[in-house]
Formats: sequence, structure tokens, C-alpha cells
Amino acid sequence: MPQSSPTALSWPAERTAGCPFDPPPAVTGLLTTVPVQRVALWDGTAWLVTRHADQVALLRDSRVSADTSHPGYPALSAGSRAMRAHSRSFIAMDDPEHADRRRVYTADFTVKRTRGLAPRVQSLIDDLLDAMERKGPPADLVADFALPLPSLVICELLGVPYTDHDFFQRASAVIIDTRSTPEEALEASRRLIDYLGDLIEHKVDHPGDDLLSRVAAEQFATGLSTREQCADEARLLLIAGHETTANMIALGTCAFLQHPEQLAAVRDGSPERVEGAVEEMLRYLTVAHMGRRRVALEDIEIGGVRIAAGDGIIFANDAANRDPEVFEHPERLDIDRSARRHMAFGSGPHQCLGQNLARVELQLAYPALFRRFPGLRLDRPLDEIPFRTAMAVYGVHELPVSW
Amino acid sequence: MHITVNEEKCCGAGQCVLLAPDVFDQRDEDGIVVLLTPRVPAGQEAAVHEAVAVCPAAAIEVRA
Repeated sequence: MPQSSPTALSWPAERTAGCPFDPPPAVTGLLTTVPVQRVALWDGTAWLVTRHADQVALLRDSRVSADTSHPGYPALSAGSRAMRAHSRSFIAMDDPEHADRRRVYTADFTVKRTRGLAPRVQSLIDDLLDAMERKGPPADLVADFALPLPSLVICELLGVPYTDHDFFQRASAVIIDTRSTPEEALEASRRLIDYLGDLIEHKVDHPGDDLLSRVAAEQFATGLSTREQCADEARLLLIAGHETTANMIALGTCAFLQHPEQLAAVRDGSPERVEGAVEEMLRYLTVAHMGRRRVALEDIEIGGVRIAAGDGIIFANDAANRDPEVFEHPERLDIDRSARRHMAFGSGPHQCLGQNLARVELQLAYPALFRRFPGLRLDRPLDEIPFRTAMAVYGVHELPVSW
Repeated sequence: MHITVNEEKCCGAGQCVLLAPDVFDQRDEDGIVVLLTPRVPAGQEAAVHEAVAVCPAAAIEVRA
């Protein structure tokens, strides 16, 4: 990790009060000034890469490693560093090992397979909206819709009992909270891994029609993978499968409510227009707002600087999503723009495995919610909504709504 | 225009299938890219170029 010269910016930077949908201006400002900048972290320094083109180039570059056990890897927090040191999942590997492990799971997340889940997702959405309607306003959109929907979907896909949702949602929240101590983060992580390891072992003799049963039979029971490996990867899929989409649903709804004409277009629009709107909302919000993190394995020249072997690199995907070289008037939400090149799912071989499942859920969730409650509105002023600034996944802790 | 795909680099993100479903598919068993036609169909040039641009693994190439 680079240690010497003074730094101009602490990472993560702070958003501007009153602009909860915009990245920190100190970060987007670097796009046109110092596109590769040294920044101060909680425990050292790293390079911050902001421009879209530089991020795409480096995230596809084999000189850039995702190995979290590398001493130069820029961890998000003390808790994150403690957990990452023990990580066995493919998220912390480089190719070719990464590709071998990722391919254990890719079959379940193809465009075809995830689109095939659409009728079931729609039925879960309808049930949740029915329950909200029966209970009547006001409601917390996070607790009543945004969090249960992706939790139910990933539980069914993995074969995790949804009745355990309080346990895994709480553990996930501790894991992605940058304020958690190493002890708290490790304990939550350990409990999740133990739980999922037990579940996988149980599925060897009691298989269902789900992903973890397949992993239990093909990986664990055959000895191809250890219990720890399978459980750590299950933990990754479970957390990533519910936290990110939940926050896209709630924060996206909050953003649409500030843009009623675009909300109406999503409510009444064709599936193609809704598809575009979801890509734009992914770009505009970038809920994975603390950057993609890597470490340089060799010296790399980019953006007028030399990143040395062993230096940490942070890719500010929220800044790339506001890069005017790629997105005209990037500060504007415009559901009819082509936002396909957004970096919300990252880039390179680690790009989000579950992105097509997220697309299916979001493409169905927003229109269904807005059709069911045409009078949907925030039940509290925007500046009193609790935004998730300290969480690795941005969004809202709760979203009080009425209709 | 002639398309080639690199199955080893492919990470199964499926972006190409979303953009040009007449040109790209994914293997059922592991999500790896399947090239349905090596020639770019008429009217699909922009979609195929976009697929090259957004492929996270840089696994698609187009040659004149």
C-alpha cells in the first residue's frame, strides 16, 4: 500500500447533505481533475480510480488482483479486513481459480434461468403487496416489501428456509456495517457460515430442488469442495442476493417519488421501457457505493501515475456512473437514456454473478408497486429519511410511505 | 463482420445475451457464452458492438 505522500481526500468521502442520490462531490470532482488519486483509508492509503474507461481497463487487467489476503488489499474497515482474511469464496480469488469456482454457480444465474423465475417473483410481489394493502397505510416499504422480496427469492433459489430470515438478515447487516468491530463482524460471519454449513450437510441426505442441494451433492458429498468453501460461497450468495436488491427497490422508489413523471412512465410503460429504466436507476444510485477494491500485482501506468506492485486500488463505481465522457448530463435521472454501460455491477471477471436475477426482480417490483398504489408518497420529508451512509450497501434503513 | 468468443475468459455475466439474443446465448450447464452465428446479422451491428463494449471479461471480438 502506498504510504508516503500526503493525500487530498479521505475514503469513503461524505455525500452532500440534501443530495442523498448523488455521490460525494469530492469524488465525482476528480473525474475531470485527478482521475487516479491517492486517498487516505482507515488504515493506510490506496489509489482511487474514478474514470469509467480507466476502471473498465484495469478491472479487466490480470495485473490487478482481487486476493483479499494480499497485505496491500484495501479493506473497507477493520471488520471487513478481519473477515476477508478468512475468505474462501471466489470473490477473493483470481483467474483461473476464480473462474473454476464461479462456474459452479453460473448455471443458476443465466439470463434464461433468471427470466424463468419471473412468474414466481411476480407471485411473491403480489402476495407482499396484498399484505401491505390489507394492513393499510402507513407502511415501512423496507420491512414490508423491499427487504422480504429479494430475501424470499434468494431463499427459494438457494434452498434456505425463509423462516430463518431474522437471523440471516441481522447477521448480514452486521457484516456489511463498516462500524462493526472485527469481533462483531467475525462472529456474525462465523454464525452464518456454521448455519449454511449445517444446511449443506443436511441437504446431502435431504435434497430439494435448489442450488445448495446441488452444491451439497456435486461439490461437498463428492469431496470436490470442503464444507467451509461451500458455506462461505453460500454466505456470499445469500448476502449479495438480498441486501443489494432490497436497497435498489427502496432507494429507487424514494428516487422515483422525486421524479413523478418518470415514475408514471415506469408504472404505465412497456417492458422495454421498464428495462431501460432499471438500468438507469442502477447507474444513478450505485448502491454498492464504497467502490470495488483490488491490489496491483505489478507496476501499472494509468491516468498519468504509476501504481506500484502491492498498492491497493479502489474503483469508485459511483463516480464512473457519473462520468460525462460516457453519460451525457450524468447528474440527471433519465429513464430513456442508454445506461447499459453503467458500473453498478462492477466490471471484469468478478462482475456481479446475480445481476440478471436482480434485473428480473427490479423490472417487476417497481411497476407492480406503482400500479398497486398510484397515490404512493413519502410519509416523512426526504431530509428525515435515514440513509445508509455507513453500510457497504447504500440505501435507506426505513422508508415510511402512505398512499 | 466476423465474431469470435473466448470461452475461457467468459464469466457468464450474460450481458451479450441481453443485448443481442439472436447472436449470443449461454450454455445451460455453466452459463458460458454460446455463439449462435459467427456473422453479425443485418441490423444487429450496433447491438453486437455494444456487447463487445459491456462484456466484463472482454471475451468477445469483432473483425471486419
